[in-house]
Amino acid sequence: MLRDITIGQYFPGNSVIHKLDPRFKIIITILYIVMLFTGDSLLCLVVGAVYTVMAILLSRIKLKMFVKSVKPIIPFLVITAVINLLLVNSGEVLWRWKFFKITDEGINISLFMIIRIVLLIAGTSILTYTTSPITLTDAIERLLSPLKKLHFPVHELAMMMSIALRFIPTLIEETDKIMSAQKARGAEIDTGSFMNRARNLISILVPLFISSFRRADELATAMECRCYNGGEGRTRLRQLKSSARDYIALAVTVMFLAAAIIVAQMTK
Amino acid sequence: MPILETQELTYTYSQGTPFEKTAVDHVSLKIEEGELIGVMGHTGSGKSTLIQHFNGLLRPTSGKILLEGKDIWENKEKIRDVRFKVGLVFQYPEYQLFEETVYKDIAFGPKNMGLDDAEIKRRVYATAHDIGLSEELMERSPFELSGGQKRRVAIAGVMAMEPKVLILDEPTAGLDPAGRDKILGHIKAYHQRTGNTTLIVSHSMEDIASFADRILVMSKAKLFCFDETVKVFSRAEEIAQIGLDVPQITKVFMKLKKQGLDFGKEVYTVGYAKDLLMKHLNAREGL
Ligand SMILES: Nc1ncnc2c1ncn2[C@@H]1O[C@H](COP(=O)(O)OP(=O)(O)OP(=O)(O)O)[C@@H](O)[C@H]1O
Ligand SMILES: [Mg+2]
Repeated sequence: MLRDITIGQYFPGNSVIHKLDPRFKIIITILYIVMLFTGDSLLCLVVGAVYTVMAILLSRIKLKMFVKSVKPIIPFLVITAVINLLLVNSGEVLWRWKFFKITDEGINISLFMIIRIVLLIAGTSILTYTTSPITLTDAIERLLSPLKKLHFPVHELAMMMSIALRFIPTLIEETDKIMSAQKARGAEIDTGSFMNRARNLISILVPLFISSFRRADELATAMECRCYNGGEGRTRLRQLKSSARDYIALAVTVMFLAAAIIVAQMTK
Repeated sequence: MPILETQELTYTYSQGTPFEKTAVDHVSLKIEEGELIGVMGHTGSGKSTLIQHFNGLLRPTSGKILLEGKDIWENKEKIRDVRFKVGLVFQYPEYQLFEETVYKDIAFGPKNMGLDDAEIKRRVYATAHDIGLSEELMERSPFELSGGQKRRVAIAGVMAMEPKVLILDEPTAGLDPAGRDKILGHIKAYHQRTGNTTLIVSHSMEDIASFADRILVMSKAKLFCFDETVKVFSRAEEIAQIGLDVPQITKVFMKLKKQGLDFGKEVYTVGYAKDLLMKHLNAREGL
C-alpha cells in the first residue's frame, strides 16, 4: 500500500544518536559521505562499513528498516553492476562471449559500487530515521543562516521545506482515501488496461489538487491569524543546544574519516 | 442465506512495523437481505475498517467475508463485481467529486459498470430524484454546490450503481440538523423504495435509533453487540459505558426509572415516549 513508503520516515526513540544535536548530525552525515568517497578500493569501504554498523547499532533502530530503505534502489544497483561487469575491459579476463567479457577488475568495481551505494543509503537513512523532519529543517536553517547576509531567503526556504515535509504523510493518506473511494465506484486503478488506468487517474488527481489548494489556503489563513510575517525577530520554542556528546561524535567521525583517507593513500 | 456474512474477520494495519494496529478483531456476523442496519461505535473502534471489507477494498489479515454465501476473495479477478454489488459511500464523500457536471459525476459508477447510455441516464435521474437533487442542478459543476448538496451528489454516485447492499459511512458528519434530517430521510425513502440492504454508520444513536432494524456496536476493534434496536437499547447503561451516547429521551427514562417510575420498556424515540407518558398520566387520572 501507498502508506508503507518510508522516505524520510522518522522513528521516535531515545538512543544516543536520537539525542545528538541535529546540526552536528547533518555535518557528520556530510563527513560520512566524504568518507565513502575518499578512495576507490574495497578496503577503504571497510572503514565506512565499520562506522555504519556502529551507528546503526547505536541508533537502536531495527535492521529491517534499513533493509527497507535500500530495497527501492535494488533495480538500479543491479543495472549498474551488470553494466560495470560487462563493460570494464581492464584486468584479467575470466569469461568472454562475443564482445562481452568479464574481468576480475570488473567484478571488483561492481562490488565496490554496490557496497558504496548501500552504505550511502543505509548511513544517510540513520539521519532521517532518528531526526524528526521539523528538527531537521530547523537545523538546516541554522546551518545556512550565514547566507542571510547575502540576502539568500534561508528562513523562507526552511519554512517551505518543513511545510512540504509536514504534508507528505497527509497527502499520502488523502490519496489512499480518494483511491479507495473511486475504486468503490468501480474505477480501475491498479488493474485494467493502460488507457483505462490513465483515464481513471483523473478521478484521483482532480480531488487531490482541489484538497491541496484548500489546505494551502487554510494553512495560509491560520498562519496569518497568528501574525506570521517571516523569520524576522522570531524566537524559537525549541532551542538547539550542543553538548559534549556532540563534540565526541564529531571527533569519532573525523577519526574515521582520517583512517579512510590514510587507507586510501596506502592502497593507491 | 444471509446476504453478507463475516467469519472471524481480523484486520491489522501496517503489520510487521512498529505502527502495527489491529482495527478489527475476530468479528463474525450475518446480515440478512433487506435489513436496515445501524453501525455504531466510538472514534477509532474500527467501523470504517470493518465496512471497507464488505466491498473488498481491504483484504482481511485473517478470516472470511461471504457475499451471498460466496467468499469474495475466492477469485481475485472478480473483486470489481463485488464493488458493484456492495456500494460504499465514504466519510466526507464530497471530497471525491471530480467531474465537470453533476450528471457526469453521478454517472461515473454506472459507466464503469459498462451500462449503455439510456440505462445510465435512467439511473442518474432516478437516484437524483431519490436523494432530492433537482434536475436543473444536473448540468452545474459539482464544485458550485453547497456542502449538503455536494454530499448528496456523492451519495447519488454510489446509489446509481444500484448495489444490492448500500453502505454509508457517517453520511451526516458535519451537517447541520436540518441537512442531517434531510439526508437521513432520503436514505430511508431509498431503502423503502428499493428494499435493498442498507448499512448506516453513525456516531449518534439519535440518528439511527428511530429506523434501524438492527444495530451493530463496535468497541475497541471487537463486535460489542449486534441485535435488534430494542434489545440494544435495553443495554443502554453498558452502551453509555463504552463511550457511546444514548438518545436524550432514553437518558430521561433511565433517570425516571432510577426515581421509581419504571415503564418496563426501552424508550428511544420522542413519539413513543409521548404515548407512554400520556397513557401513564391518563391511567393515573382515571384512578
Ligand atoms: N490507514 C490506516 N493505517 C493505520 N492505522 C489505521 C488506518 N486507518 C485506521 N487506522 C486505525 O485503526 C483503528 C480503527 O479505525 P477506523 O477508521 O476503522 O475507526 P472508526 O470506527 O471508523 O472511527 P471514526 O468514528 O473516527 O471514523 C484506529 O485506531 C485507527 O487509528
Ligand atoms: Mg470512520
